[in-house]
Amino acid sequence: MSNPSTLFEKVWADHVVVDETPETPAVLYIDLHIIHEVTTPQAFSVLRDNGLAVRRRDLTLPTLDHSTPTTPVSMFKDLLVAGEGAANQVRQMQQNCEDFGLDLLGYGSGQRGIVHVIGPELGATQPGKTIVCGDSHSSTHGAFGALAFGIGTTEVGHVLATQCLLQRKPKTLAVNVDGELPEGVTAKDLILAIIGKIGVNGGTGHVIEYRGAAIRAMDMESRMTICNMSIEGGARAGMIAPDETTFDYLRGRSRAPQGAAWDEAIERWRLLRTDDGASFDKSVTLDASELQPMVTFGTNPGMVVGINDPIPDSSDASFKKALDYMQVESGKPMTVNTVDIVFVGSCTNGRISDIEETARILQGRKVADSVRMMVVPGSEQVKKEAEERGLDRVITAAGAEWREAGCSMCIGMNGDIAQPGQLTVSTSNRNFEGRQGVGARTVLASPATAAASAIAGYVADPRTYS
Amino acid sequence: MKPVNKIRSKTVVLPTRDIDTDQIISARFLTTTTREGLGKNVFHDLRYNADGSEKPDFVLNKPESKGCRILIGGNNFGCGSSREHAPWALLDYGFEAVISTEIADIFRNNALKNGLLAIVVDSDTHQWLLDNPGADVAIDVAAATITLLGAKIIEFAIDGFAQHCLIEGIDQLGFLRQQTSTIESYEENRSWKP
Ligand code: SF4
Repeated sequence: MSNPSTLFEKVWADHVVVDETPETPAVLYIDLHIIHEVTTPQAFSVLRDNGLAVRRRDLTLPTLDHSTPTTPVSMFKDLLVAGEGAANQVRQMQQNCEDFGLDLLGYGSGQRGIVHVIGPELGATQPGKTIVCGDSHSSTHGAFGALAFGIGTTEVGHVLATQCLLQRKPKTLAVNVDGELPEGVTAKDLILAIIGKIGVNGGTGHVIEYRGAAIRAMDMESRMTICNMSIEGGARAGMIAPDETTFDYLRGRSRAPQGAAWDEAIERWRLLRTDDGASFDKSVTLDASELQPMVTFGTNPGMVVGINDPIPDSSDASFKKALDYMQVESGKPMTVNTVDIVFVGSCTNGRISDIEETARILQGRKVADSVRMMVVPGSEQVKKEAEERGLDRVITAAGAEWREAGCSMCIGMNGDIAQPGQLTVSTSNRNFEGRQGVGARTVLASPATAAASAIAGYVADPRTYS
Repeated sequence: MKPVNKIRSKTVVLPTRDIDTDQIISARFLTTTTREGLGKNVFHDLRYNADGSEKPDFVLNKPESKGCRILIGGNNFGCGSSREHAPWALLDYGFEAVISTEIADIFRNNALKNGLLAIVVDSDTHQWLLDNPGADVAIDVAAATITLLGAKIIEFAIDGFAQHCLIEGIDQLGFLRQQTSTIESYEENRSWKP
């Protein structure tokens, strides 16, 4: 019998094409490469300049999400609003896919959406795969027991040309979450609490495995929210061992294995768990039952506080600068701050359960007059499903906007932005200075907290509206 | 990639912790389809006022910073987004090395692949560098040393492969493509197919 190994070590070992040596990194095989318009043009140029083809078109999944507008009705009118640069980038992606023979999930495909939403939704994301994309939230796919991480554009070129990457083996970090999440506390609150605990660099050089009763009890969409923000703790990847919840989610999806292949796959997937006695390089433990809804108060996702707790104090210059930028005060809770914009969406919280939760809180209520609320589905499929269930009508009846699928206000490059000084409660993953527009202030929160804040007009505890 | 071995320059100090890649190059400048021309927008919102005029207090706008090629960053430099536009922008601006106590994984990978040295030093050395802006510093990639001129020599850790590629100016895609037959046999022999 071989030595006990972790989930990560099993997936890693299965994909090593050439072993790592002190002189050279390992050559690691990639099973799924998701690409989008922003981080690929320069990689395609390298292929063109060198006369190279895309090695495995069948393992490459292209879509449009980052710089595409989410304004309802006429797309192309608004592409121009978002700028000629963005329009050009979209056209370039369409051209590159055509030239290299790739099947773009573009406008009107019914399957377009945020890279990390469509992979799972189509069943292309599967346990035991290696998955990469030129976007750091590729860690999302780890929720299925895949090894998934973000790469730069040079590496996008490497994968397009060779289906491989040069990688040094990272270390492992176990995050154990015991107990049960209290009523009104969600996966987003948990991952914000984890980042608050380990810090924004706590996972640097590591792959996280999320374990424990609270993780096992979660549905797949919650697990994706957890793994999504691994990078906010500095870890390139986060993983969760697959189980019946995972298999139930994938069964019948168009790109998942079918028939006999499905049975074989499940048998293989069941082995993808950390063996008893396997060890991690580091580990931390949290008790889920002690948590409350969490919000960020500063300019990185580690600056996080319980919704009713006072903002901490520190003499550190970077800390003070962050509070200055956010115009918030130590000693006071975030709930004293009025809100200008509420954004529900992104690869962190733009899936159907997030839209459902938002609609549940908005049902029969009104968004405060002073607030603009945007609800942006993570994909065309999420949009369609929400509309079939009538969730869009609940959202618009409350006075919020229901928009087209895309990254939207997660990243200020598609026309959806906040103005200088405006405060946005956002279900996305980054509250960096200027992330949502120059001078824009971002408070990260769960969909429930976002919806509650939209109704209240200030940062609000969602448990008031349950 | 052109070879990188010896760098000698005065330093620019940006002591803020957790400088993320959104600060280095804002998403609104990512609608480009080339690598060039990003330098004019590096650290844009720290560098310029809303009307486009320079913020005189920002370190890059100070006369003594002009022409400096080594950037000393606060702890956890380059965290956040995987955008390779961040090292492209720093290189296009004229930086050749970034030194900090901790550099985020993806940024460091991206930087080294483009010939931007991303160097991690111990906290004493880092503090000295923070305290001495404009210090005259020499970096030797082959020897893996930083010489603080008039002070001392410090060794830094660098991945052997990255070091080799930097010194020789090796393109890693070329290296990977030499493995084609091994990649083919891996594809044929694996126990399951994606
Ligand atoms: S929603 Fe935000 S984090 Fe997610 S893929 Fe889009 S830009 Fe990246």
